[in-house]
Amino acid sequence: MSFLPAIPEVLRQFFKRPATNLFPAKYLPSSVTKYLKSVQEGNAAINPPVETPPNFRGKILYDRDTCIGCKLCIRVCPANAIEFLPDTKKVRIFVTQCIFCSQCNDACPVDALHMSDEFLLADEDRYSENMIVE
Amino acid sequence: MSENKKIGSTYSIPIGPVHPALKEPILFTFKMNGELVEEVDFAPGECHRGIEWMGMRRNPVQIVHLTDRICGICGVSHSLAFARAVEQIAEIEVPERAHYVRTIIAEYERLQSHLLWAGVAAHELGFDTLFFLAWRVREESMDVIEYLTGNRVNYGIVQVGGVRRDFTEDQFPRIEASLKYYEDVAGKLLNLFLEDRTIQMRCKNTGVMSEKEALELCTVGPTARASGLAMDVRYDSPYAAYGDLDFTPVLPHQYLGLTNGDVYDRIVVRLLEVVQSVDLIRQCLENMPSGEVLWEKKYPKILAACKKATGEAVGRIEAPRGECLHYVRMDGNTNPQCWKVKASTYSNQMSWLNMLKGEQIADIPIVVASIDPCMSCTDRVAVVHGERTDILTKADLHRLSVEKTRRLAQWS
Repeated sequence: MSFLPAIPEVLRQFFKRPATNLFPAKYLPSSVTKYLKSVQEGNAAINPPVETPPNFRGKILYDRDTCIGCKLCIRVCPANAIEFLPDTKKVRIFVTQCIFCSQCNDACPVDALHMSDEFLLADEDRYSENMIVE
Repeated sequence: MSENKKIGSTYSIPIGPVHPALKEPILFTFKMNGELVEEVDFAPGECHRGIEWMGMRRNPVQIVHLTDRICGICGVSHSLAFARAVEQIAEIEVPERAHYVRTIIAEYERLQSHLLWAGVAAHELGFDTLFFLAWRVREESMDVIEYLTGNRVNYGIVQVGGVRRDFTEDQFPRIEASLKYYEDVAGKLLNLFLEDRTIQMRCKNTGVMSEKEALELCTVGPTARASGLAMDVRYDSPYAAYGDLDFTPVLPHQYLGLTNGDVYDRIVVRLLEVVQSVDLIRQCLENMPSGEVLWEKKYPKILAACKKATGEAVGRIEAPRGECLHYVRMDGNTNPQCWKVKASTYSNQMSWLNMLKGEQIADIPIVVASIDPCMSCTDRVAVVHGERTDILTKADLHRLSVEKTRRLAQWS
């Protein structure tokens, strides 16, 4: 088998555990929406995703009370995802526009912005409550 | 006689812009003579997104994260090249530790990019077993990148004047573990790819490019090195920490004893560079100086320094696919006056014309993939000829359909 070195390796792989984490279900359900509904009702359990690493950049968290309205985050945001609200001198962040670089977190002088671990952000409406942080 | 003439006649086949054999959107037109390729033409420009236009409406601190999105595989290469150009204009001195952090992350990127390519090459040969094995090995470097920077792709670690995150001592054991993993697996990888009969049959003497051709066509990176040209930006004009590291460009004759310039040599170069990257990361970890990683922690000061800067500069770095070049001109405004990106595939793509000539249709996927093309890096312009537009609305299609039915009804 010296000219086909992949064959012994393939045989070895047969006895190893699969490298893929099967998320959200171990076997493909016949209907994903039905499956997710039964998860919501508590009839089925979701196969958990791989843990997020430290410093993971997920959905943004905004501490409204700490914010001083300096607009620095708006100046460094590459995606122009942050809007200034002149009435209250606070900001509004559009998560669908955000590119998760967390540069606003670094720039914020009062530490009012953070990144959470949340990454399952699919939504049907880009202006839904879940997709706007303010 | 007439029958002979028929056999000798040529025909053309289009492949692309979207085709299962191509991993990138590009249109090829092959003029074929039987099974053999007689002439090749290609039309890039299908992946133009106007990133430079977007950049010229943003300040350098914003652009540095926009550059991450030029390419999904070589994220840090583009941001590093851009940051180097801006640092030269604004005369910012990057702290020494930041240089080492940049080098480590750039080498991890090379690791994952070359292993990704190796998998794709196996897939193009129809050898999907090896494709999955190579990508399984690649996953280790993706995990380390995720652990160090926070995300698998779009690392967002480079900043104008340094890096945004430091690698601390408690992270070193994880890096060391991954280096150990790659050292253990390197021999197996070389054996699986280079000793395999199928790969040898398909890749040896396929897509040959001589040293002279490689030089004349201005190829860069592993494509040039596989043809025997000892050129590597890391070695020729060192940037980041490469000046302190001990290495030489990888050439196929170091492993094989001779240079053919075929697809097989390109596999050899890329796999040997995986081994080299592991060694370079280890050297970086050993010699890492202490200190700050960002020239200035306060963002308003970085923004002010970029705004004040006037002049032009070129940032050159060795991306996994070859030399990546960013040209920036600043004129004292917040936004750059000009920003131009030249990715490595732009230099390499002309070599397709020579490589593909005389090859069979079955070899087209592997020869095209052998230069590791990345059209989203390359496409900076989309050219539209003439003023005529061909947009068919639903009403137009309906009209055409009705007309055709009437036409057929008349004939029958």
